[in-house]
Amino acid sequence: MRARRSAIALSAIAAGALVGTVGCTPASEGGAGEQTITVSYIRTDAFTALDTLFQATKDQFEAENEGVIVDLQPVSANDEDYKTRLALSHRSANTAPDVFYQDTTTVRADAEAGYLLPLDEYLAEWDDWSQFSEAAQQAGVGNDGQTYAVSLGTDTRGLWYSIPVLEAAGISTPWQPNTWADVLAMAEAVQTSDSDAVPFMLYAGTGTGEGSNMQGFYQLLYGTELGGDALFDSESAKWVVGSQGFIDSLEFVQTVYDEGYALPVDRALDPNVWQSVFGELFPGDALGATIEGSYTPSFWVPGGSFEWDAYAENMGVAAFPTQNGDGPGVSMSGGWTLAVGAQTDVPDLAFEFLTMALSFENSLSYVNENSQIAVRADVAADPSYIEANPFVEQVTSFVEFTHFRPATSEYNQISAAVQRATEAVITGQATPEEAAAEYDREVESIVGAEQVIAK
Amino acid sequence: MTHAPSAGSPSRQRRRTRGSSALRALVRGGPLVPAAILLAVFLIVPIMWAFIGSFTNATLTGVTATQPEWVGTANYERLFADPDFSLSLWLTLVFTLASAVIGQNVLGFAIAYLMTRASRRIAAIVGGVVVLAWVLPEIVAAFIAYAFFSREGTLNQLLGLVGLTGDNWLFIAPMATVILANIWRGTAFSMLIYRAALSEVPPDLMEAAEIDGANGWQRLVRVTLPVLRGTIATNLMLVTLQTLSVFTLIYVMTAGGPGNASATLPVFAYQEAFRFGSIAYGTAIATVMLVIGAVFSLGYIAVLRRAEADR
Repeated sequence: MRARRSAIALSAIAAGALVGTVGCTPASEGGAGEQTITVSYIRTDAFTALDTLFQATKDQFEAENEGVIVDLQPVSANDEDYKTRLALSHRSANTAPDVFYQDTTTVRADAEAGYLLPLDEYLAEWDDWSQFSEAAQQAGVGNDGQTYAVSLGTDTRGLWYSIPVLEAAGISTPWQPNTWADVLAMAEAVQTSDSDAVPFMLYAGTGTGEGSNMQGFYQLLYGTELGGDALFDSESAKWVVGSQGFIDSLEFVQTVYDEGYALPVDRALDPNVWQSVFGELFPGDALGATIEGSYTPSFWVPGGSFEWDAYAENMGVAAFPTQNGDGPGVSMSGGWTLAVGAQTDVPDLAFEFLTMALSFENSLSYVNENSQIAVRADVAADPSYIEANPFVEQVTSFVEFTHFRPATSEYNQISAAVQRATEAVITGQATPEEAAAEYDREVESIVGAEQVIAK
Repeated sequence: MTHAPSAGSPSRQRRRTRGSSALRALVRGGPLVPAAILLAVFLIVPIMWAFIGSFTNATLTGVTATQPEWVGTANYERLFADPDFSLSLWLTLVFTLASAVIGQNVLGFAIAYLMTRASRRIAAIVGGVVVLAWVLPEIVAAFIAYAFFSREGTLNQLLGLVGLTGDNWLFIAPMATVILANIWRGTAFSMLIYRAALSEVPPDLMEAAEIDGANGWQRLVRVTLPVLRGTIATNLMLVTLQTLSVFTLIYVMTAGGPGNASATLPVFAYQEAFRFGSIAYGTAIATVMLVIGAVFSLGYIAVLRRAEADR
């Protein structure tokens, strides 16, 4: 009987172990003798441009460097899961990749964590470095002033609209709204017109993650009175709380959903809603407008995920307006880079691989295939870049007034708090004032009372 | 200690002779050493790591990723003041009670009990169908459940056949859908345990009860259930602990959403640790989960002891 009782106690312990959380499974390095460069990046059904780039670079690199094996380790995940997985892999030298795809927003935090190799010495001897724009060079700088990453390309965001839907609602195109009110007027016109189209989709909530902010709330917030300092005050380096702009932006979100201009809330919260936007709604003349990135045409071009021949004639893009029409417009920019792992055994080879991936020819084909905004002057000047799709020139002009997110280590948590605020408003769980107050409380608990500033 | 033998019993005294008892302990304990080492490495060490980590400010990235600092009980203070945590705790209890203690346990017993009275063929078919959900890998079962409840899913198509329009169930009733999915997936475990136990109920006991004039319900409540008390406690303990730790099913179906409406503790811990990068806060939540699991286990073990003492 005693034995039986201890068997039960043991099974209790074993079952208790199930409660523990599980880490990730690492991939191991290649065999001895040869030198191996491991490369980590995202490859999904909807995003193959980077895989194309690395496959090509691998062939070139292995041809030029005998005995070197490039081990491509694509990760099929969304941006957030990829970043988590990458950060976890950096925790051990056995799993850390040598070269990897790195989001600009996490460069500073990852450099502080010691995951990234400082590249200044290498960049000083790389002739092509001077081709990179000032902003692109800055994107890879860490808090200590050293450069840790090299930009692959950037993006901007604007208001993409369907010409047939707007014309059917009596709005002449090309269309350029000057205030938020103009956007709402368009939505109302589409709603009252004969078409059944969804008037104006505005991403919000936690379902679409960071996209809710980049292609939604920030486009509003950065167009309020505080402008570029509406989220994070650059002068004091503190997070802004209690601003009227935050409440106004949430009110705009509420109006869009309460008036039925956007998709129903449950569809808006589906993480894959953007696929409907690109794949069904715009090609089916079933959506008036939405805020999306400069990469939008990449989904519709031949070889894209949602090929659509008529996109060039049927779509238009406008700068998203500020709240009251001050300034030319609002755009948010992100962008990804390539970086070298601090724990790499082969730093020289890794950097050489990075420069080959970012060479003029490789950059040009990547930027064109992925509809990125070029960061190399020679690529931007190439005729094939301008001609890649009819919108390149216009979305590139948004660079003049675009904003970058504050790349601090708390950013992910703040971003999630913003997503929760918009979700609370569109689901009716909170009024804009309540949601803004809850956001203020959350920010203070994330960064501490000394790191917030009331505006 | 229910029946400690009296110290004066002769067998006890003989066993206490020194040399032989040390040898016996060695011989008996020897084979346990590898298992003990494995347990220590893969269970105790991670638990200690999580426990210690919950008193630091370790993060996924940033300075504190590689040089975490000791912050005392700050994570726990934040945890107990966090409304998301109270909600998560509540959802975990609802999920565990509804899907494991009530759903899997009662349904599993009911099926097992009915199978003893059903024809062989019916029993085999029912058993096969129930076990099918259980042998599927969790991720596959989760996708099937998602495909069943989603807006264009099987459920709504079936409703469409009878002229009803379904809603997006994962959105309007996230907890109900994950609870049903977990009952579907996990009932087989309880069913198998109870089938085995029911076949052990002595037939003469049932015959005696029958001769005494007990009807079916009385035989179930007065004879079968008391005999199975130990099995019921063991089964409850196992399904409770399994259910407390369910992650994949919920994460695939609702990812804890909409909002936090289905974020049970494992999902909440994952979000905090890996989505928002606060490893330390995530481990604090994991530690609380361990404590809850331990409390449940101790409760069930106490019940089990009483059941055995009564026997």
